[in-house]
Amino acid sequence: MADVTLLARPQPSSRLVVLVKRLFGGPLNALLTVLVLWGAWSAAAPLVRWAVVDAVLLPAEPAACRDATGACWSFVVAKSGQILFGIYPIDERWRPMLVSAALLGLLGYSLRPAAWRPSLAVLWAIALPASFLLMFGGFAGLSYVATTMWGGLPVTLILAVASLGGALPLSILLALGRRCELPAIRILCVLFIELTRALPLLTILFVASILLPLLVPEWLLPDKFFRALIALLLFAAAYLAEVVRGGLQALPPGQAEAAQALGLGYWRTQRHVVLPQALAAVIPSLTNTVIVMIKNTSLVLVVGLFDLISSGKAALADPEWSSPAMETYLFIAAVYFALCFGFGRFASALERHARTDP
Amino acid sequence: MNPLANPPQSLAVELVGLHKWYGSFHALRGVDLAVAPGERIVICGPSGSGKSTLIRCINQLERHQAGTVSVDGEEAAPDPRRLQSVRRKAGMVFQGFNLFPHLTVLQNCTLAPVQSGLASLAEAQATALELLARVRVADQAHKHPAQLSGGQQQRVAIARALCMKPKIMLFDEPTSALDPEMVKEVLDTMIELARDGMTMLAVTHEMAFARQVADRVVFMDEGRIVEEAPPQDFFERPQHARTRAFLGQLLH
Repeated sequence: MADVTLLARPQPSSRLVVLVKRLFGGPLNALLTVLVLWGAWSAAAPLVRWAVVDAVLLPAEPAACRDATGACWSFVVAKSGQILFGIYPIDERWRPMLVSAALLGLLGYSLRPAAWRPSLAVLWAIALPASFLLMFGGFAGLSYVATTMWGGLPVTLILAVASLGGALPLSILLALGRRCELPAIRILCVLFIELTRALPLLTILFVASILLPLLVPEWLLPDKFFRALIALLLFAAAYLAEVVRGGLQALPPGQAEAAQALGLGYWRTQRHVVLPQALAAVIPSLTNTVIVMIKNTSLVLVVGLFDLISSGKAALADPEWSSPAMETYLFIAAVYFALCFGFGRFASALERHARTDP
Repeated sequence: MNPLANPPQSLAVELVGLHKWYGSFHALRGVDLAVAPGERIVICGPSGSGKSTLIRCINQLERHQAGTVSVDGEEAAPDPRRLQSVRRKAGMVFQGFNLFPHLTVLQNCTLAPVQSGLASLAEAQATALELLARVRVADQAHKHPAQLSGGQQQRVAIARALCMKPKIMLFDEPTSALDPEMVKEVLDTMIELARDGMTMLAVTHEMAFARQVADRVVFMDEGRIVEEAPPQDFFERPQHARTRAFLGQLLH
């Protein structure tokens, strides 16, 4: 009989040791590592010099920026009000500020699974109309501000939240309708989805803002802002509907059959059995479409609405300053990044939640 | 038991001249079947003979094109209210269990009674726990279906159907997807259910179950009922050549 020796499991080396071994083990590895580090530094150094070392960081007079070779962050600081809130009357700026803070706060609050109760939907159903009311004013001593004066972050937030908030329920109805047994409903849904998907968002926005007023009497038409909002909503719904349909098709038919066999009607079957599973299965693709649509709201600038990007552009027009476009767009990019990245994190939390505690 | 001996009481299930086509495929070719309350029917036949289609027509998961289906004296019609009423009277157990994976075992059992307005949540939970205890899975009530064995899942599926207090139970090959060692626990549950007087129609190849429980065995082939007889006659003295051939294949 052979002696069975119990070998002790080798202790794993520390991460640092592993890293050093991988990067510098052997002359070729060491050379490659040094080359890559040098390349990275040569690329990053000018950026750091521009953005930090040579930059005008603190609030300063326009003249300070003209002399500086680096970034002019003081422009962004000085003009942040205009970039974020556009040409909304300055004395009334607390209104878009309050709306943005409320919407962002509610978005942040909605991220926590503990908040996912029916009361959250009620909260949103109050917050959105309240945002519109406050932006419009015209009551209780607040001056009336037309949508043509709205701009910046609140416009982007309202367009994104309202269009996607409306598009998701509509997309679910469209996806269910496309699988409906009644031909009239099915054909209508297919036509809507295929037509909307086949057109660029730009054309739809142009039709909503320019063509529609030529064809439809003025008193029948909502404000340009709402026309753009509805265009975004319908466009997003067509895309989301196909994502939702993917989830519906992935679900084994036995699930709906079992619910029907228990005597549940169509809507209860969808609500309690089919949709919870179908939507959970397509969270990654839903997230993708939602993020694309958040960024698509910036296209409303072509029909003359002042979203975040157009307000930034308007702020750059100030002749006092040396038009630091790069800094302004970086700032706007950071705002978009925060919104989209935040939503992405929310979606992964939702996905984990759907997996562990359905 | 003669199903027509008791005319004032409505039949549990009555199929008259039932035809079903899938496209050009004629799946059911004029099926007549009457099941009295309390009767236990086992339906067997080669694959493709229409036995699953037949049982799925009873609760209208498949819509027939000609003939009538009545459950507990109520004729099934495409109108949604009638459909739901018929389906609530006929519980169904599927080959693939079809439990709802996003819900716990208990939620699987309470969803339909609560949503149909049959019971409050508390009542439905009490009923569900009672029935889960009856199929011996009460200790799994708060788990999700994926955490259960196949046999346990099928017993939960039986309990879930019973929670709607159905008048008849339909079984569509309830043991075909199970590992062999789990078949018995499900059959035992079905036998207990039969002893308690439940009206049952089961599509199954478990001939021992048929012998033990069935009042009648129905043999189907090519969309028709070829032969129906009490189990003793069916197994000992099959009348038709096709029945004999089928039984011969089962035994070898």
